[in-house]
Parts: sequence; C-alpha cells; structure tokens
Amino acid sequence: MKKILILLAVVTAFTSCKSGSKKKGTDEKSAKTEISLSAAGSTFAGPFYKTAFKKYFDLTGVQTSYGLTGSGAGIRSLKDRVVDFCGSDAFLSDAEAANMPAPVVHVATCSGAVDIAFNVPGIDSIKLDQEVLADIFLGKITNWNDAKLKAINPGVKFPDLAISVVHRSDGSGTTFIFSDYMSKISKEWKDQIGVGKSLNWPTGMGAKGNPGVAGTISSTVGSIGYIGSDYAFAQKISFALVKNAAGNYIAPTIAAVSAAGKGDMPADTRIMETNSTAPDAYPISGFTWIILYKEQAYNGRSLDQAQATVKLIDWMLDPAAQGIAKELKYAPLPDKVVQIDKAILRTVTYNGKPILK
Amino acid sequence: MNNSDKITKYFLFAGSFLILIVAGGMVFSLVGGAIPAFHKFGWHFITSTNWNPTEGRESYGAMPFIAGTMITSVLALLISIPMAFSTSLFVSEYFRKTPVASVLSTLVDLLAGIPSIVYGLWGFYTLRPFIMHLGLSPQGFGVFTSGIILAIMIIPYATSLSNEIIVMVPNELKEAAYSLGATRMEVIFNVIVPNARSGIVASYILAFGRALGETMAVTMLIGNANKVPHSLFDTGNTMASVIANQFGEADGLKLSSLIAIGLLLFIITALVNTAGKFIIKKLS
Repeated sequence: MKKILILLAVVTAFTSCKSGSKKKGTDEKSAKTEISLSAAGSTFAGPFYKTAFKKYFDLTGVQTSYGLTGSGAGIRSLKDRVVDFCGSDAFLSDAEAANMPAPVVHVATCSGAVDIAFNVPGIDSIKLDQEVLADIFLGKITNWNDAKLKAINPGVKFPDLAISVVHRSDGSGTTFIFSDYMSKISKEWKDQIGVGKSLNWPTGMGAKGNPGVAGTISSTVGSIGYIGSDYAFAQKISFALVKNAAGNYIAPTIAAVSAAGKGDMPADTRIMETNSTAPDAYPISGFTWIILYKEQAYNGRSLDQAQATVKLIDWMLDPAAQGIAKELKYAPLPDKVVQIDKAILRTVTYNGKPILK
Repeated sequence: MNNSDKITKYFLFAGSFLILIVAGGMVFSLVGGAIPAFHKFGWHFITSTNWNPTEGRESYGAMPFIAGTMITSVLALLISIPMAFSTSLFVSEYFRKTPVASVLSTLVDLLAGIPSIVYGLWGFYTLRPFIMHLGLSPQGFGVFTSGIILAIMIIPYATSLSNEIIVMVPNELKEAAYSLGATRMEVIFNVIVPNARSGIVASYILAFGRALGETMAVTMLIGNANKVPHSLFDTGNTMASVIANQFGEADGLKLSSLIAIGLLLFIITALVNTAGKFIIKKLS
C-alpha cells in the first residue's frame, strides 16, 4: 500500500510538471572579451540570416547566434531584452512600438516572396487568382477538382483529392504578410479574419515555423500552405503562380519580388508591399526587418557590444551580404532603401552618442 | 538526540519544506497570471470556443483545448486498457517468473523511457502516413492519431502498477479456486481482478493523468487547429500543446489566457490524481 502511494506521489509530481517544457531562452552572455551577439525571430528570413551571420563570423570573428523562433517570439525576446536584435517580417504598429520598453528602429534587410506551396502528385504548377486563393484559405473550396480551380487552370488534370490547408501555429511575420495580402484582395477575409501574426483560422492545421509548414506540406498529399520562397526551393515543393493586381499570373522570382518593392519607401521603412500594382510584381511579397533599440546602452551592455550589433546590421546592407540574399532567393534591397536604412542606423546611439560615424 | 541526528532532521525538514514552497509558488503564480483572463472573460473563458489572437479582435476561450485534451486522453485510455490489461496478466499471472515475462516487462518499461519527441517523430513519419493510407483522414493529423500515440506512451504507467498488484494476490486464494475446479479464466475474473481492482483502476487513472499533460508528441500530431474537433479524425489542439505553441510570442491578454489554460490543466490533473487516490482507498 505504502509503495503504491509513493509511486502515486511520484507520478503525480511527474505529470503535473510535465506540461510545457520547450524552447530555451536565447540570451547567451559570454565573456566580455569576445563579442558574441544573439538574435531571434523570423524563420522567413532565417536562411539569409544564418548564412550571412556565418559569413560575417568568417570575416570578423564576431559570432552571432540566431534563433528561428518566429517573428512573434523574436519581438517578445527583444521586448524582454534577452537578444541584441530581432528579425521580423511584420513591422511594429504604433501601438506595439509604444508598448516596447524603449524606442526601436526598423532596418529593412531584404524582401522576399511568400510562396503558395502545394503538394498534389503529378502537378508541378497551378495558377491561382484572388478569388480562388481566398476561397481555399477560407475553407470554401475543399477539393482539388473544384470547378473554379479547373476554370483558371485549363489543361491541368486535378485529382479528386481533399485540400488540406496548412498554416502557422506560432506568431509569424510570414502569416502577417500573407494575411495583409488576403485582406487587400478579399473583403470576406478582411471582415472575418483580418491581419495579424496569428489568426483565427477558419480551416486547416497549424505547424510551427516555416520549416514546420514546409515539412508538413512536403509530407502531406493534397496540402496547400504559404511559406518563404527559400523553403519551397530547398525542399523542392511546387508553388503556384498568383494573379497580381494588374491581372498577370506571376511566379515568385527574385525579379518579381524586386518589382513589387519599387514603390515609395517611408523614412522609417515600415511599409507593406503586398498587392503591388506593378505589372510584373509578385503580389505576396514583403520586406523583412531587423528591429533593435535606438539607444543601445541598456541592461549594462558594453559599447563594444553595441558597436558590434550596429556594425553587423550595417554590413547586412553591403553588396556582399545582399548577394547572399540573392543566392537564397530573396530580393536584394534597392539602393534608395539601403540609403534610408543607413540613415536609420546612424540615429542609433550609445549613451546618446551616435555609434556609426 | 545527538548532533548528526539534529542535522539530518533539519536537512530533511528543509528539503520537504522547500518542495511545499515551490508547489505553493507555482499555484500562486499560475493564479496570479490567470487573473486578467478571468477578469476579462469571466467563466465564459472556460466555455467559449473562440480563440482569436488577431490584434484588435482578441478573444480567448479554453473550450477547444479542454475538449481536445479530454478527447485524446480518454481515447488513449480506451485504446491502452486492453493492451495494458493483457500485458499485466501475461507478465504477472500466465508467464509469471519466466524469462519471456521478464523480457516483456522490461520492454514495456523501456517504453516509458523513450522521450516524447521520439514518439512524435515516429508518429509523424510512420503512423501518420499509415492513417492517410487507410483513408481515415486526408492529412493524417488529428485527434485519433494523437490518441494512438498517447495510448502507447501511457501503457507502461498502466501496467507497472497493475503488475505489482496482481502479483500480490495471495496464492492461497488462487489455489483454493483451482481446487474447486475453477478454470484459469474464472480464477482471473473471479479471484485476481476483484482482489487487485483498486490497484488496477488506480494505475489506469495515473496513466490518464499522464496523457492529460503530454505535450511534444501531441503537438506534432494533432494538427494544432484551435477549434473543437468535429469527429475523431478531425484536427484539434490540446491545452499543453497550445501553450507550447504560443507562449513564446504571447503578451498581455494572450499570455494571461495561456496561463489560465495552464491553471485549468493543473486543476484537472490534480482532480484526476485525487480521484485516483480516493478510489484506491475506497477499493482496498
């Protein structure tokens, strides 16, 4: 009897402590002499950042760890001041920025396409117009042999196969770009669901991070979802041509994303470039940002740490780093955006003094 | 009392007191964190099926996750009981003290040592395609798939305790039954089960409690759709899984709602375990 009770107690303790043990904090404060930076956020820009930071380490010896946590968790980490900067594909709204403990600045690092990726055996390419795209993600078109889908894809033999929508389960800048676009093209979406980093999805299933969604799509016949271009490319997942505002079906290429980013850029770089009116623009494109505090002297950070942070971000705007972006299917920044970014970086201070000359 | 005795006493006292403080602190911080959510939504928080984290339209309800947790756990228990019961009898009665029984019981215990993420991987890459192949669900994710994985995960908990209890049934009783001409089946259902029922039931309740809180494997297989599942093969989400998925970016009301879900899970698990203890007391 006693044995049972002891076992019971042990198991009770075990089961009650078990729920929710995942993910580690990303703050790694190492020795002062060797500068290392930590950052977290966007999985959409993850492949670019990981490669660029590694290159930067080879060049300068400054180590940067980047956690693929999703934009939402990245912003949260910046707010909690456990990272030096965060990556996000959604800029902070005025209300969100006011909610941060100190003023922040946004530095656009590149732009990219959100692919509509799908997995239907035997079909490599489909076309989607605004109405069909909205209907699929609203759960109104539920089978691949739907008449509306067939009508805009003459010649494609769709099987009788249920559509499984895959979306993000965590707070995501990719979701933000996608839902921003959907709200622009569908009134029903705008009224029912809206724009956000996480949404009240009417249909489908959630997976964590761009890698999670990409993995689910590639292993699930009949699925469709939205992911960063590089993930579709790396996992060889088929993607759709999406009808843009000018009425052309456009593939998510670097040129098509660059075309979408040619519009005016405000001085704080906070702009969405979805549903561009340019005739050759891919409509679900968006900038991705690095967000950091304007005043870098906080939490006892050293001047060296602050300098390393700003210099790294400055280097990300260099042709060398932008070339890496291009290799990974992101669109490099237009010159005028680089100039705006540099102007923003010059406003970043340490104890009130600008860090960059 | 000599000195070393005193030191031991204080040491033990401090140790157990510390655990009490930690447990109390957990409850305190859970309740404190959950207050804003309950303040905003009231009891409606528990019954509402709406989980909308979109900025500007925030509204949170725990029902989809309570439903998902209860359905997957009950399903897991129902699937695991026949297997656990047979294994217990095999190990503790039919093949008691034979090498094959000890191999089997070691294997079952081994199941308990496999990390949750490994079950998740196996479920994702092996079980899920199988479910899709059978045509049970178009994407293979969902309540049923999670239930099966959970069932396998909780079998060691359901068997280990039952084994010990069944072994403890006095031999005299069994021999008496045999001498009256009872068949093996009659001995099992008329002597062993009635004698061992408290332990057997308690072990199933413990296994159920374990299923309630399981996180990682379920997150990978349930589909993470924040709605009440319409059928066994529909996608859904559980309390532990929604917390794991969304705590990273959560803030303000959303964070409070997640903590409130944590508190509800804590209460449900505590109730289940208390019920288990009560049943043991009642039956033994």
